[in-house]
Amino acid sequence: MTVQTLPAAAPDDISLRPVPWRRMAGVIWRQHRYALIGEIAVLGAVAVVLWLIGTSLHHDYAAALACRPAGSQACAETALTFSGSFAFLANGGILQPLPVLVGAFVGGPLLARELETGTFRYAWTQGFGRRRWALAKLVSLAVAVTVPALLFSLELAWYYQPYFATRNQAYDLTEMTPLYPALFDLHGVVFAAWTLAAFAIGGLAGMLIRRVVPAIAAAMAVYVGLAFATGAFLREHYLAPLVTTGSLNLPNSAWILSQWWTKGGAVVSPTTMNHVIDNTFTSVNPAVNSPGQKFLAYQGILQYLTEHGYTYWTRYQPGTRYWPFQWIESGWLLALSALCIAAAVWLVRRRAA
Amino acid sequence: MNVLEASGLGKRYRTHWALRECTLEIPAGHVTALVGPNGAGKTTLLNLAVGLAEPSAGNVKVLGGRPAGSQAALDGIAFVAQDTPLYKNLSVADMIYVTRNLNRRFDQAFAEARLAELGIPLKRKSGKLSGGQQAQVALTLALARRPRLLVLDEPVAMLDPIARHDFMATVQAAAAADDVSVLLSSHVLTELERAANYLVLLSRGQVRLAGGVDDLLATHRHASLEELVLAYLRENPVEVAN
Repeated sequence: MTVQTLPAAAPDDISLRPVPWRRMAGVIWRQHRYALIGEIAVLGAVAVVLWLIGTSLHHDYAAALACRPAGSQACAETALTFSGSFAFLANGGILQPLPVLVGAFVGGPLLARELETGTFRYAWTQGFGRRRWALAKLVSLAVAVTVPALLFSLELAWYYQPYFATRNQAYDLTEMTPLYPALFDLHGVVFAAWTLAAFAIGGLAGMLIRRVVPAIAAAMAVYVGLAFATGAFLREHYLAPLVTTGSLNLPNSAWILSQWWTKGGAVVSPTTMNHVIDNTFTSVNPAVNSPGQKFLAYQGILQYLTEHGYTYWTRYQPGTRYWPFQWIESGWLLALSALCIAAAVWLVRRRAA
Repeated sequence: MNVLEASGLGKRYRTHWALRECTLEIPAGHVTALVGPNGAGKTTLLNLAVGLAEPSAGNVKVLGGRPAGSQAALDGIAFVAQDTPLYKNLSVADMIYVTRNLNRRFDQAFAEARLAELGIPLKRKSGKLSGGQQAQVALTLALARRPRLLVLDEPVAMLDPIARHDFMATVQAAAAADDVSVLLSSHVLTELERAANYLVLLSRGQVRLAGGVDDLLATHRHASLEELVLAYLRENPVEVAN
């Protein structure tokens, strides 16, 4: 079975124009179509579910807003219906893993699979050049992963919009700050930025660990640590928090970081303060029935305490800082992703067989 | 022109030198057999030649002075690694597509005709092919790049005798008809017998013998390559030192 077909002799041109970048598009699609289709399938499925229940949520919200007369028993019930609607989604917790699921599962295997199966010996000896190959793959797939996430976050923004509406308070409806930690990274541009970061961390982990499953696991662990640290410690410091003594005038859109009492310049411990408030409550105790009366009761206590030398302090981030915070967080996540991708490309160039 | 020039070339992995003080010239137009016992440094030398590894000492140039691993070098060299890695989840047709797009030259008609002659279906996933078929696909992709130098690392180690024969026949035909220089490593000497006309013997990370097969056989008075290599390794035990 000797085969006679042979290639024509190689031409002798040494004019070395590199292989054009665009040729990588079809290569990337053929190699990573299942990962990309998988990403779009996962986000698409969640998007359909969110759209269905979101329609219902928005309907309940509209009903609560339209209810007249406000404060009636019937309106209290419509408000309750809205608050109870899909409460499992209201704090965003179960959607938090989405960026890392999408990002790490596309990014983790990208280089790790080549190293694990030995195909890097094929890929890195083709005429395209290994540094350009790695750069083309990482950058193209970073874009391919981020764009669907960006579209998906538009739907998330629509879904959660009733919770952030500024007029809710007047209707006695739940109103959350748009800076609420577990929701902040689910709407706006930050969702896509976190997805990109998960992808880039996965890509670098793959290059360092050289095994698919450990690379994905490592990327997830790093991501979870980073996301937790950001939400718990880092985010509130993006801009210097504001401090006020007029806590009753704060809108619900403010993200309250901490509150404390002082008397004569010294901080009063919460335990002491509870005693003081309990005693005050009995001395200034108007009947409390409606939200309006509740407000007056608080005001009464506050006024009483203020007259007796106590000051109530609140440290907070105003809701108007939502977009600056979105851009700050997206900015550093983008920088981190670029750094991870650059490091991965550098390692591809450096790594010996 | 020399297809490979190494000068003082060395490669160290941590404290162990896989290749040391390697100075070597392989002229164009030959099928060169790189032989030696396991661990002699054959794969290391090939990895250095194709740019997968960086030298720890010295340097290596290919195809008349192009630095190994450079754009110009990659353009003229096709490498088939040990175990002929292919993307298992891609079809043969997709492997052709990928290889064509990763290189400046690619002879699509040749690749398709040759795979048709071998009876390898283009639609089948690479991972579903037999070991012999995978090796043939990898070799076809490499040849279709129309390289000046074809580098094969242990190309027949995993193949059964018939597949070995077919594979080597293709290599020989390409080398003869095409002015392609071939550099292949193997510890299966009998398979190289017919094909190789230039020999490089490596042992313990150093070049022990290099030259045209006919010259070497005449000088050392042996009937075959195998005898020559075995006799040489027995007569010149390598100092056990590192």
